[in-house]
Amino acid sequence: MSAKASQVTRTTNAARAAAVLGVIALVILIAAPWWAGRADMRLMSELFLYMALASLWNLMAGYAGLVSVGQQAYVGFGGYMLFALTIFAGLHPVFAIAAAAVLGAAISVPVAALIFRLRGAYFAIGTWVIAEVFRLGFAQVSALGGGSGSSLPVGIVKSLAASRSGRESLSYWLALGAALLVVVVIYGFLRSRKGLALTAIRDNELAAGSLGIDVWRTKFLVYVVVSALTAMIGALIFLQKLRISPDAAFSVNDWTAFVIFIVVIGGIGTIEGPIIGTLIFFLLRETLADLGTIYLMVLGLVAIVVMLKAPKGVWGFVRERFDVQLFPLGYRVVQVDGDKGA
Amino acid sequence: MTAVLKLDNLAKSFGAVKVADELSYEVEAGEALGVIGPNGAGKTSMFNLITGTLSPNAGRIHFEGRDVTNSSAAHRSRAGMARSFQVPQPFTHMTVFENAMVAATQSAGLHGHEAERHCLDMLEQTGLLAKANTAAGSLTLLERKRLELTRALCAKPRLLLLDEIAGGLTEAECTSLVKTIKDIHASGVSIIWIEHVVHALLAVVDRLIVIDFGRKIAEGDPREIMESPQVQEIYLGIEADV
Repeated sequence: MSAKASQVTRTTNAARAAAVLGVIALVILIAAPWWAGRADMRLMSELFLYMALASLWNLMAGYAGLVSVGQQAYVGFGGYMLFALTIFAGLHPVFAIAAAAVLGAAISVPVAALIFRLRGAYFAIGTWVIAEVFRLGFAQVSALGGGSGSSLPVGIVKSLAASRSGRESLSYWLALGAALLVVVVIYGFLRSRKGLALTAIRDNELAAGSLGIDVWRTKFLVYVVVSALTAMIGALIFLQKLRISPDAAFSVNDWTAFVIFIVVIGGIGTIEGPIIGTLIFFLLRETLADLGTIYLMVLGLVAIVVMLKAPKGVWGFVRERFDVQLFPLGYRVVQVDGDKGA
Repeated sequence: MTAVLKLDNLAKSFGAVKVADELSYEVEAGEALGVIGPNGAGKTSMFNLITGTLSPNAGRIHFEGRDVTNSSAAHRSRAGMARSFQVPQPFTHMTVFENAMVAATQSAGLHGHEAERHCLDMLEQTGLLAKANTAAGSLTLLERKRLELTRALCAKPRLLLLDEIAGGLTEAECTSLVKTIKDIHASGVSIIWIEHVVHALLAVVDRLIVIDFGRKIAEGDPREIMESPQVQEIYLGIEADV
């Protein structure tokens, strides 16, 4: 094996096949308003938004090692910004969603400056405390309904589209677009030089620093970008709900616990993991939700079994056995004459 | 000749233990400097101070004429310093090639195809090309040491710091390593090499310093230093006791 006879490739046959199937699936999903019922579209919208939240949490925890249990801070913040910007600033809801992302990035800067002083479990607890501060803070804003919350005025809802079906279609497409945007941004980022740096940090911070990677700055960048996109998803979630309250907006159960469950069962530290985890979560929820509290017990049982039997999640289990990657991030050295490296 | 590295009264202590005690020396451009001393003498701590992993309590560090005492490890790496770790620090879940790419893209600032070609060449030079697609976490200790050297070379350094890179190698592997390091030296890279395998060290270095309790206790021609009674007593005597 010689360097001259070697080449580097970054794609696989499985990835090419997945890309083709992905495009077909995307076209079918875009056309959902013409073939799906109202309830199905609402369910799929929710699925897309959870997929986006899980992918973002996975980028932060699975790659940057920032295990936050306070991402509900940005979901709630984004939701409240949607309400505030549409009601008080008169922005169109779609522009308010984009503005919520920008404001989410802005508010995450001082938050990061504070919580990046903490490490490990203290960081996790710190993020939760920050989320509680956000919840208590918005509960004091009487103009946004205080502790009991408020509804999005009918006029603002109707500004999305004249008809109800038009509004529901737009809301669905926004959720689908947001999930697609998040996955594409994460994939592009992880394949870039910055993504390589982040993956190196995940494996060994000491070595990463000694090879020219600014560990703090890279983590900071990830935290701010994830916060911005989480705020955008938060705005979309509450555009669908049309009503917001501090308890719903900053719910640790809805926006962090379920998201962590999705990432853990799907496979942390992979792009495919959160996508598969979201599908499993919704499958369980839709088949078991009628069982009441037993549903939550089953979720816990599934999480325990997966952590014991497949600690790298369902996708990690599949990848180890079949050496398949749908979103290849790494590099593979191959011989020009076809002989693969050891 | 100009100094590529200058340590000026460097001091560092952990409680009562001094790991660097008014340490001063220079490394000329293109020079290979050997460092010996008993275990716990402060050799690796000296590397940590030079590369920015540790901050000194006093003293200054100049690299290519610029004061880098307060610069981060990442900045010093991008400025042209590269090191190997005594205890290998691979990115365990990344492949050997990806480990090399981290150094080439982040430290040397290379892009795309240029970075890939450079990594392939360095992997061939260090004998790791056949392991390019292997996860670094599954390498043997000797392969991990080679990976340390590969990564340092992929960073395109002007000052290379090697920390006990020959420890545990067979005679044939050691000979091969010496040849590789001689080639690197011949290309104009300045080297500081901490090593207990003295015959390997003497085959490469132009000058030798001896460190004990964080202090420089001898400096000069490698063979003269090794024959000095003070070094025989402090360094080799302790080695014999082990």
